[in-house]
Amino acid sequence: MIDWWLILDKVILVVVIFVVSLAIAAYSTYGERKIAAVIQDRIGPDRAGPWGIFQPLADGGKFFFKEDITPNAADKFLFILGPSLFITTALMTSAIIPWGKSFFFGEHEFSLQVADLNVGILYLLAVVSIGGYGIMIGGWASNNKFALLGALRASSQMISYEVPMGMAIISIILMSNSLNLREIVDMQQGFHWNVFYQPLGFLIFLICAFAECNRAPFDLPESESELVGGYHTEYSSMKLGFFLFAEYINMFISSTIIACLFFGGYHFPGIDSLGLSPNWAAIVSICVLFAKIFFFIFFFMWVRWTLPRFRYDQLMRLGWKVLIPLSIFNVLATGAWLTFVK
Amino acid sequence: MSQLLFFSLSILTILSALVVVFTRKPMYSVLSLIVCFFTIAGHYILLNAQFLAITHVIVYAGAIMVLFLFTVMLLNLNAESDQPKSGKLRIAAMVAAGMLFVTLVASIKSTTLGEFSLPPASDNGFVQHVGQRLFTDYLLPFEISSILFLSAMIGAVVLSKKEKH
Amino acid sequence: MQLTNRSKVASVKTLNWVEQIYLPAIIKGMIITFSHIFRKKATVKYPEQKRPIAGVYRGLHVLKRDEQGRENCTACGLCAVACPAEAITMEAAERQKGEENLYREEKYAAMYEINMLRCIFCGLCEEACPKDAIYLTDRILPSNYARNKFIYGKDLLVEGTAPDQRVDVTGRKKNYEMNV
Repeated sequence: MIDWWLILDKVILVVVIFVVSLAIAAYSTYGERKIAAVIQDRIGPDRAGPWGIFQPLADGGKFFFKEDITPNAADKFLFILGPSLFITTALMTSAIIPWGKSFFFGEHEFSLQVADLNVGILYLLAVVSIGGYGIMIGGWASNNKFALLGALRASSQMISYEVPMGMAIISIILMSNSLNLREIVDMQQGFHWNVFYQPLGFLIFLICAFAECNRAPFDLPESESELVGGYHTEYSSMKLGFFLFAEYINMFISSTIIACLFFGGYHFPGIDSLGLSPNWAAIVSICVLFAKIFFFIFFFMWVRWTLPRFRYDQLMRLGWKVLIPLSIFNVLATGAWLTFVK
Repeated sequence: MSQLLFFSLSILTILSALVVVFTRKPMYSVLSLIVCFFTIAGHYILLNAQFLAITHVIVYAGAIMVLFLFTVMLLNLNAESDQPKSGKLRIAAMVAAGMLFVTLVASIKSTTLGEFSLPPASDNGFVQHVGQRLFTDYLLPFEISSILFLSAMIGAVVLSKKEKH
Repeated sequence: MQLTNRSKVASVKTLNWVEQIYLPAIIKGMIITFSHIFRKKATVKYPEQKRPIAGVYRGLHVLKRDEQGRENCTACGLCAVACPAEAITMEAAERQKGEENLYREEKYAAMYEINMLRCIFCGLCEEACPKDAIYLTDRILPSNYARNKFIYGKDLLVEGTAPDQRVDVTGRKKNYEMNV
C-alpha cells in the first residue's frame, strides 16, 4: 500500500536539498565577503586555502568551538527555541520548489520537487510568516533591550512587507491560473517569463524579498551601528550561527522563488530544441535554475554594498504608502488586462 | 494511519489549548495558542482542505498572533507582576465560568456520540471550489464581511489620526 | 574663501517626480559599485607583498655599533635634549678595563630607554647625535597588549654584532650627507 519507492525518493531529495542549502548558505558568507571586498576595491578573505575558499569551513568550525553563553535573565527554553524555529522555517520553504525536470530511471520517475502542493505559493507565504516567530522569540527571550527592539523591528517589517508581497503573487496567480509552483514555472516555458508581463509586480516582489530577508537596505532589525547586533545580540556560538545561517538560507530561497516566479524557473529559451535525452535535460534544467539563483544571490549582495540603510519611518512609509497601493493597482491592472484585452 | 494522526493531533490541540488557559506566563500562553492553531490547520489538512489550512496558518498564526505577541512583549507581563484579583472579580469570573460549564454540559448531553469515521475525501477544500462557492452561493455574506473589514480599517485610520486643535 | 572647486552649495530644492521614484539614482549607484569590481585593488596581500616605502622612512630606532662591534653611544644626552616628545632617558657609566671591545668611547650608556608611546618618529635624535649612534630604520613598531612593553631598552634598541643582525641605515645616512 505504501509506496516505498516514493518515500525513498523523497528522503534522498530532502537530504540532498538540505545539504545543498546549507552548503550554499555557507558559501554565501564567503561570497558576501568577497563581493563586499571587490566592490570596495579590496581583496577579501584569502588566507584559508587558495583564494580563501575554505573560509566558510573555518568560520563554521569557529562557531562550534565558541563558548555558548546563555544570559542569566534569559528564558532558557525560548532562548533555544528561537534560533531552532528560525532555521527550521528557513529550510522548510525549499519543500515546494521544483528544482528541475524529472529524472527517469527506466519506468521510475524521480521528481525534483519534494511536495507538489496545489496551494504551493500559499504554503510559501505561510512558512515565511511563521519565520518571524523565530526572531521574535529569540529577541524577547534574550531579555535585552537591543534584542527586543531588533525583534520588534523585524516582525513589524515582515508583517508590513508580506502584504505587498502577497499582492504581487496574486497578480502572478491571475496570470497563471494556478497556485501550484510547478504549473507557474511550466507556464513560462520558452521566453514567456513573467518578468516581461509583470515588471511592476517583479519590482514589488523584489523589494519585499529584500525586506523579508532582513537584507540591506532593509537590515534595520540587526543594524550593527544602532542596535549592537539586533535580535541576536545575546546569542553566541552555534545559536548565533543558526541565526546567520538561516538568514543566508532565506536569501537563497528568496532568490529561488524570484527565479521560479518571474524568470521561468528551470526553463530557458531553446532548452527544448537541443534534443537532449530526459536525464540530460533534467541536469541542464537544474544548472539553468542554479545559474539564475546565483545571479540573484549576487544581486542581493550587490544591492547590500550599494544602498545605505533606510530609516524606520521611511521603511514603513515605503511599505504601507507606496508598495501596497502600487501592488493593489497592479492586481487591478492585471485583472483588467486579462478580462478586457486577452 | 489517518486515525492515528487525527487522535494525536486532537490530543495536541487540547493540550495546547489547556496550556493557553493554565500557564502563568503570558508569553507561553500566546505561543501555545499558536501551536493550537497549527494543530487545527492539521485537522483541516486531514479533511483535505489544504487551502483552508494554509490560510488559517497565514491569517491566524502568521498575522494575528504576531500582533498578540507584540503586545505581550511590549507590556512586559510576567508572573511576578500578576496581581491577585479582587473579590468582586473572582465572583464574576466564577459566575461566568459556571454558566459556560452549564452550557457545555447541556450541549454535550444533547449530542449522541456516533461511530468515529473520517468524512469521505472530497475536493471541497480546494481553491477552485472555495472560490466558486464564495462568489456564487455566498456572494452576499462575503461582500458584507468585506465591508465590515473596510469599516474596521477606516476606524483604525480615524483613531490613529491626530486630533487637530 | 574658496579653497577647492569641489565644494557644493547645499540646496533644499524639492525633487522632481523622476527623482522621487529614486530608481534612476539607485541604478546609477549600482552601476558605480559594479564598475568597482574590475578596478585595481587598493590593498595588497600584506605579509607576502609589501608596499614600497621611501628610503628615508622613519621607523623603529636602532643604536648602532661600529665595524668592530663596539657601541657608538657615549650617553652624551644630546638626543634626549633634542627630543620634542621627551621620550628618551639614559644613564651614563664609565668604561672599565677589559670592556674596550664593547664600547667605543670611555663613557657609555648603561641604560638607554625610548618610550615608543611618546615618540613621534621625527628623527631629531639622529640629527642631534654627534657619534653616529642612533638612527631611525625602515622597521615598523610592532603592536603590543601592555603599555610598559612599549618602553624599549637597550636589549631591543642595540643592533646585534653578527653580520646578519646588523641594521642597514645607509638610506638615512645618505639623507644627512645630502642635506649637509
